[in-house]
Amino acid sequence: MKLKLFGALLSGLLFGAGLAMGGMTDPHKVLGFLDISGRWDPSLAFVMGCALLVTIPAFALARRRGAQPLGDERFHLPTQQRVDARLIIGSLLFGLGWGIAGLCPGPAIANLGAAPLAMLVFVSCMAAGMWLHDWLDALPSARGLHTRNHLS
Amino acid sequence: MQIVVDSHSWLLAAAGGVLIGSASALLLWWNGRIAGISGIFALLFLGQRSGADRLWRGLFLLGLIVGATLCSRLLATAPLDYRAADYPLLAASGLLVGVGTRMANGCTSGHGVCGLARFSRRSLLATLCFMSAAMLTVFAIRSLSA
Repeated sequence: MKLKLFGALLSGLLFGAGLAMGGMTDPHKVLGFLDISGRWDPSLAFVMGCALLVTIPAFALARRRGAQPLGDERFHLPTQQRVDARLIIGSLLFGLGWGIAGLCPGPAIANLGAAPLAMLVFVSCMAAGMWLHDWLDALPSARGLHTRNHLS
Repeated sequence: MQIVVDSHSWLLAAAGGVLIGSASALLLWWNGRIAGISGIFALLFLGQRSGADRLWRGLFLLGLIVGATLCSRLLATAPLDYRAADYPLLAASGLLVGVGTRMANGCTSGHGVCGLARFSRRSLLATLCFMSAAMLTVFAIRSLSA
């Protein structure tokens, strides 16, 4: 158990450092990356590209038979395959929000240290949005529209 | 379109990407978990989770804040300049990001960095959708305010 907690903390530290180093925590830079019609700053494409260079082999190795993580009996990977309206509509809503302020969940939380008050506004509204989604989802009228399948 | 060429920021971006990828690989191979930040955050307070499960989520997010803060200090990054007048827009944007990532089951990290690496069709579609929606939004805002 303690091992897993240490792994989570270490991963978070590295992730946060990577976001800050790569420029993802700077909303102006993010908006400059998203602004392809004006002066386009492509640097953030390198963030995702270089991250994938590491994660692609890491996930390929995890798929091998008999592979097991250090601190858990199994890999907790998503099982859902079906593309549904929720995936598309949700992603579009997320993109709309991302384009307004240049903040996605990771950088917004990471910036709680740099701009506590402003990020508290963003992050608490994000939490409210997540809660609101689950609340609407649990209403009787929403039942039967889909099967819930969240990462376990 | 005009492309900004800045090799210094490209190099930092590449190094940041390697760090993010390594962090995701570490969480996968150590804890068996996907480094999807919207999901890690959401299940901190939603759903029926055990205390131990919430604890690793909390520690990851604490690390995220500390890691970013330390790295920004080291690199002497310019501070963020938010005013109270920005708060309504931040609130609206945060709400959309919250509803959207929960509905789509992932964000830039879960779908973008981890899902694409697993060659997941869902994640590829999600990434294309949120990228194009974000680009269109920036285009619309900049056209309207120009």
